[in-house]
Amino acid sequence: MVKLAMPELSEDRSLMTTHRHHHETLAGSRELPMARSMCWHCQSEVTGEYLCGQCVKVQPLSKELDYFACFKLPRLLNIDEQELERTYHELSRTFHPDFYSTKDESEKMISLGNSAFLNSAYRTLKDPIQRVEYLIRLEAGAVKDIRSNPPADLFEEILELQEDMETFRGLVSEQDSPERDELRQKLQREREHLEDRQAEMEKLLRAKYQEWDQLQNVKTDQGEIHEQKKSVLRGMQEILSNRTYICNMVNELLETTG
Amino acid sequence: MSRIVGIDLGTTNSLIAYMDKGAPRVIPGPDGVTKVPSIVGMTDNGLIVGDPAKAHLTRNSARTIYSVKRFMGKGLADVSDELKYFPYSLHEKNGVIRIEIGEKTYSPPQVSAMILKELKRRAEEFLKEDISKAVITVPAYFNDSQRQATKDAGMIAGLEVLRIINEPTAAALAYGLQKKTQGIIAIYDLGGGTFDISILKLKDGIFEVLATNGDTHLGGDDFDQRLIDVLVQEINDKHGFTIQDHPDLMQGVRMEAERAKVRLSEETEATVVVELPTEKYEKTLTRETLESLVMELVERTLAPCRAALKDAGLRADQIDEVVLVGGSTRMPLVRNKVEALFGKPPHSELNPDEVVALGAAVQADILGGHNKEILLLDVTPLSLGIETMGGVMSALIRRNTTIPTSAKEMFTTYVDGQTSVDIHILQGERELVKDNRSLARFQLKMPPLPAGVPRVEVTFLIDANGILHVTARDIRTSEAQSVQVKPSHGLTDDEVEGMIRDSFQFAEEDIKARQVIEARTEANAIIVATEKALGRASDLISDKEKAEIQRVLQRLGETQKGDDHRAIRAGIAETEKQTHHLAEVLMDATLKEALESKKVSEFVK
Repeated sequence: MVKLAMPELSEDRSLMTTHRHHHETLAGSRELPMARSMCWHCQSEVTGEYLCGQCVKVQPLSKELDYFACFKLPRLLNIDEQELERTYHELSRTFHPDFYSTKDESEKMISLGNSAFLNSAYRTLKDPIQRVEYLIRLEAGAVKDIRSNPPADLFEEILELQEDMETFRGLVSEQDSPERDELRQKLQREREHLEDRQAEMEKLLRAKYQEWDQLQNVKTDQGEIHEQKKSVLRGMQEILSNRTYICNMVNELLETTG
Repeated sequence: MSRIVGIDLGTTNSLIAYMDKGAPRVIPGPDGVTKVPSIVGMTDNGLIVGDPAKAHLTRNSARTIYSVKRFMGKGLADVSDELKYFPYSLHEKNGVIRIEIGEKTYSPPQVSAMILKELKRRAEEFLKEDISKAVITVPAYFNDSQRQATKDAGMIAGLEVLRIINEPTAAALAYGLQKKTQGIIAIYDLGGGTFDISILKLKDGIFEVLATNGDTHLGGDDFDQRLIDVLVQEINDKHGFTIQDHPDLMQGVRMEAERAKVRLSEETEATVVVELPTEKYEKTLTRETLESLVMELVERTLAPCRAALKDAGLRADQIDEVVLVGGSTRMPLVRNKVEALFGKPPHSELNPDEVVALGAAVQADILGGHNKEILLLDVTPLSLGIETMGGVMSALIRRNTTIPTSAKEMFTTYVDGQTSVDIHILQGERELVKDNRSLARFQLKMPPLPAGVPRVEVTFLIDANGILHVTARDIRTSEAQSVQVKPSHGLTDDEVEGMIRDSFQFAEEDIKARQVIEARTEANAIIVATEKALGRASDLISDKEKAEIQRVLQRLGETQKGDDHRAIRAGIAETEKQTHHLAEVLMDATLKEALESKKVSEFVK
């Protein structure tokens, strides 16, 4: 039974792979770290993409695989979200534990691990902010978390805001006092201002996506291009840390004023 | 591959379903009814489950357990507010509630297992084959302990639980399969004891849950309670009585309240009748009265709906279809509130009592490898995290993350030579540890090295059941470390094993109780039929024969009240023997009649 099904399956898989490679060259991406040598089960060379061409057992995803590579995407920041979803659904159909319920324990474990990785990858890439944070981690290496920093020009304003929030919280016993009401309105105005600021930052970030993608599409990664990329990454990181700070402020304001 | 069934293990009712030639079907009992009340009675003769146990509730409330789902995966402190409502006493052992019935104590999974066994038996009788594998549904908002407790219940009942699936998503599967819907749907599921809201995106056979929210402590039972409180107050005031001192009467009030509530969904008025020892209490309730009593409860479901919409990043008007699930959604008030929130009339074409069990059967079919078209991608309802310095919870996996999912965290030591690190796992959305649910604790072993040098990576993995698995690995040696996780509110493996052993013993008692009930039912049927026959045949047999039959019937009537099924069987046999002649006489008369009427009809032709 398995032997009969084999040629059909591997043919199908190789067609898909060729198509994808073609797509990647256009986008100017690097080779995918997908090469796994041996099937964990039958020890034959893995010719299929995720399933062994010989025994049709699912293969664990490579430990070096990053989220972009998992979706066979170049490391670009503008992503076709429809396409992303389509690939996600397709890979889910390949890996999801629901389809391995009748298989043996090893296959169940691989399906579970692959599925968990795929879900994390999709969640990260789907969201434009998480996507860029992840890219910065990948490209810049060591930086683990993006710290939140107040934007320099908002320093004074934020100090005053903190004080106002303290006062407002202090007036908790005088629910309807005009003083508290006035303060609430001021804080709400302040929040709207910060939200505008946040939207502005996101627009700025989008422009940087564009810059990054253009640099990525240049065939070389040497000299000036390399420096330019580093500078774009730094720029994005700064915007992100300011944005995170503003986000936290907005949330705190929302919690305080209700 | 043996058959996998789908089970809806509800707070008030449970159902079992299977896949019949590509369509899910709920399995009815011998009486054609599909719902099995989730009630277990411990009689002197053993165990009774379902409808017979419901009748037992007013006869011997202290030995009848209902709504046990409310106790699953919980400690005593979690249910302290409602202890007064339950007629049996509870205590806690190892963080798990134990229910005391006479000399014995039962954990909630054991009681749930009794219900599961009844369903299993029902399916085995109907399908004429052994059932050993099942998909069981739980409220979407159930936490890890509650899910694990449900899985334990399955094991104790002798079922391999292939999947724990969320009730609203199960409903979505059944609904989507039948309607071939695409787009964004909201499932509003208000059952007997829990409320869930789930928002899903349906596209090309993929059912992707975008967000879920709920309240595991809000349902039809609470509606009943509001009504009971009013009735009890009035009975006591009017009749100078303290009905709370009579647990059996209280259960009578409870059943009447539930009955009136159900009636008021169809009609605008319903009458409650309670037989007190000396007199009768009667009260006519209007739909308005009920609605004003439960308004606040129904409105409490709206906040989780809004939260789910927010997490899904959607506005109410972006929902294409709203589907109602659970018996409580039959209330017009609930429908109106849901319609007002989403701005469109909700769907309720599928039987709201059965749709969850049907969906479980669909999921069972997928797991069995028979359906490759449909795939359900569900989420974890609550954030998962660990305790950090200062009693603060640090989230590792956010709520509404698609499962399976995993998070890795690196741990090290603070003191030179430290050999272990204690880790406390939590679930919930609050900032502080004390406001969240404690799931489990474990101790991570560390190599004795200078502070900060050991590096042990812990992987927290939530599987497709929404259940957590913890593994650890020493990064320096890349050796895996076994982790002994101690659940905060769960049975240990040893306890579950012990309960599986005990359940075999219960099985014997079950059989005995069942034999009594079956014999009693049969005896009743014979008494009714014979009395009817006597009425019809009064001039066909002699007075002596009539008197003889009446004497036998009376004796059978006495015997069937007892608990000796052999005696009842003997009484049935005696009655059958005594009425043999009567049956013959009647048969002749009927035949004669039939022949005559045939002649007439031929003549007419």
